[in-house]
Amino acid sequence: MARIGLHNVRHSYVPNPKADEDWALKHMDVEWQDGGAYALLGPSGCGKTTLLNIISGLLSPSEGTVTFDGTDVTSTPPDHRNIAQVFQFPVVYDTMTVYDNLAFPLRNRGVKEGAVDARVREIATMLDLTSTLEQRASGLTADGKQKISLGRGLVRSDVNVIMFDEPLTVIDPHLKWVLRSKLKELHQRVGATMIYVTHDQTEALTFADQVVVMHEGAVVQVGTPVDLFERPQHTFVGHFIGSPGMNVLPGHIDGSKIMLGSSTVGKVPKKLEIPEHSEKLEIGVRPEFVSFSSRGVPVRVTKVSDAGRFQIVETEHENNTIRLLVPEGKPVPSENAKLAFDPKYTQVYVDGWAVS
Amino acid sequence: MASKTENQKAWLFVLPVVLLVAFNALIPLMTVVNYSVQETFGDNVFFWEGVKWYEQVLNSERFHDSLLRQLAFTGTILIIEIPLGIAIALTMPRKGPWVPVCLVLMALPLLIPWNVVGAMWNIFALPDIGLLGRTINALGIEYNFTQQPVAAWMTTVLMDVWHWTSLVVLLAYAGLCAIPDAYYQAAKIDGAGSWAVFRYIQLPKMKRVLTIAILLRFMDSFMIYTEPFVLTGGGPGNTTTFLSIDLVKVALGQFDLGPAAAMSLIYFLIVLLVCWVFYTLMMRNEEV
Repeated sequence: MARIGLHNVRHSYVPNPKADEDWALKHMDVEWQDGGAYALLGPSGCGKTTLLNIISGLLSPSEGTVTFDGTDVTSTPPDHRNIAQVFQFPVVYDTMTVYDNLAFPLRNRGVKEGAVDARVREIATMLDLTSTLEQRASGLTADGKQKISLGRGLVRSDVNVIMFDEPLTVIDPHLKWVLRSKLKELHQRVGATMIYVTHDQTEALTFADQVVVMHEGAVVQVGTPVDLFERPQHTFVGHFIGSPGMNVLPGHIDGSKIMLGSSTVGKVPKKLEIPEHSEKLEIGVRPEFVSFSSRGVPVRVTKVSDAGRFQIVETEHENNTIRLLVPEGKPVPSENAKLAFDPKYTQVYVDGWAVS
Repeated sequence: MASKTENQKAWLFVLPVVLLVAFNALIPLMTVVNYSVQETFGDNVFFWEGVKWYEQVLNSERFHDSLLRQLAFTGTILIIEIPLGIAIALTMPRKGPWVPVCLVLMALPLLIPWNVVGAMWNIFALPDIGLLGRTINALGIEYNFTQQPVAAWMTTVLMDVWHWTSLVVLLAYAGLCAIPDAYYQAAKIDGAGSWAVFRYIQLPKMKRVLTIAILLRFMDSFMIYTEPFVLTGGGPGNTTTFLSIDLVKVALGQFDLGPAAAMSLIYFLIVLLVCWVFYTLMMRNEEV
């Protein structure tokens, strides 16, 4: 187990990166605590897998250093880093039994058979694989194979970090939930640092204590699931997390009022600092924190979709679409209405970044 | 209960295939079967002989000898070509500018017509003018494939290895290229050495292509005719007379159509049986 540090890490897949787009990872400077459960969340192509491979040592970063417990491991090969990785598609050694698969990493490291046996059986019990130990690994279902991949990481007691690269991609939906709770349970039991890469916000938010949101090769916010939901630091986080995502509306400041077109949506907080040379000012508010009210922003209701326990209402205000959630069964005005934004969760963004 | 709609027109769609198979496989095969149970003296006059020719072939020492020679030859070339092919495929680059160069070099021997291969090696190995033959003799080793059975065998085997190892290489290479990177990465993380990677990842993943490679090489080498015919003509003596060469001698040289037909069918059944046994063994543990 170890504290993992990434210091000024940059990576590019092209030999001589010049333009901004040449960098798969623009700049990373983060520290991950020992025993934490982290999720790396971001859309496809944002650099998540690159980052993971840099931590595991499968890739060497173009610039910067990687440290485990303060020791520089940037040039250490993966087998000497004591890490484990579960890949998107299950990797099992087809010709071996489940038992031999789990024993493989230990046998490669010259562990005595007695110790191997004890450890393999312990891990198999933890993962509910005991009944299949003598079967050939190739005959298992996708979730069984993913458990073996995970097990091969867990058998080594000295593992610094276990990394998951979208491990539930090939798993049936009803098993995803089971496997995810299993992971969470294992994290509490084993206490290893875990890093979970995904583009699925539900997976990230349910698994992790801390979620790292990535966008175009850079980290946009690190925070707890609640932070990400209530206080997105960037409009991207607002869009990406939550369903439907945050309303991001063009706004301006008029004296002490925050204005949306010609309507006032709130008061400017005392300490609001608008950076100079800013280009664009936006107002962000989640649909959860918008409600119909007797006073406020005049809108026209354009669409109501039923999403089960609540209704997603789309309204239009001076060419902007504002979405809000209305609990199931509550009446929705048929055409003209007024909206109020909860001031506590209404955030001003300048050039994409939150200001406070 | 719903009644099935019958549509006899569907047979029309199957007809071309039935005709094709009939003309290129069934009818010729049945002709051979026909010859194998009868005696003819020309003029389309046939006499029923039952299994006489089969008994004759199966009891003939000549057939036993060529079958043994054939098995020894096929075994030898498989033992050499399969491991050699895998070894070459493993050393070939997976990406970069050398990939097409390697592929073209590997494909070259496969593009040469069989009789040309035989002629090439014949001249190449001649002790007085051939590069190979002269070199070996210059090294002080007496070598003359037209007179020494061992030299004839080694030359034939070497020629086949040169001609056909490429096929195994290309198939094994295709199998290797199809292994996802994640397997190598997982093996690296699990601390597997290069032997373990080969034994537990590369070899199992190449199993299907290697099965095909072995089957193809088995069938082709078991039916080999042109190359040894051009190289040694089956000699010296009968030492490189393999089954096909012998069969042609019986059928065309002696014009013994009955025994030749019986021999063909026995030959065909041996190939079929070996392929079936081998394939069943290889695929017994495969998931569907």
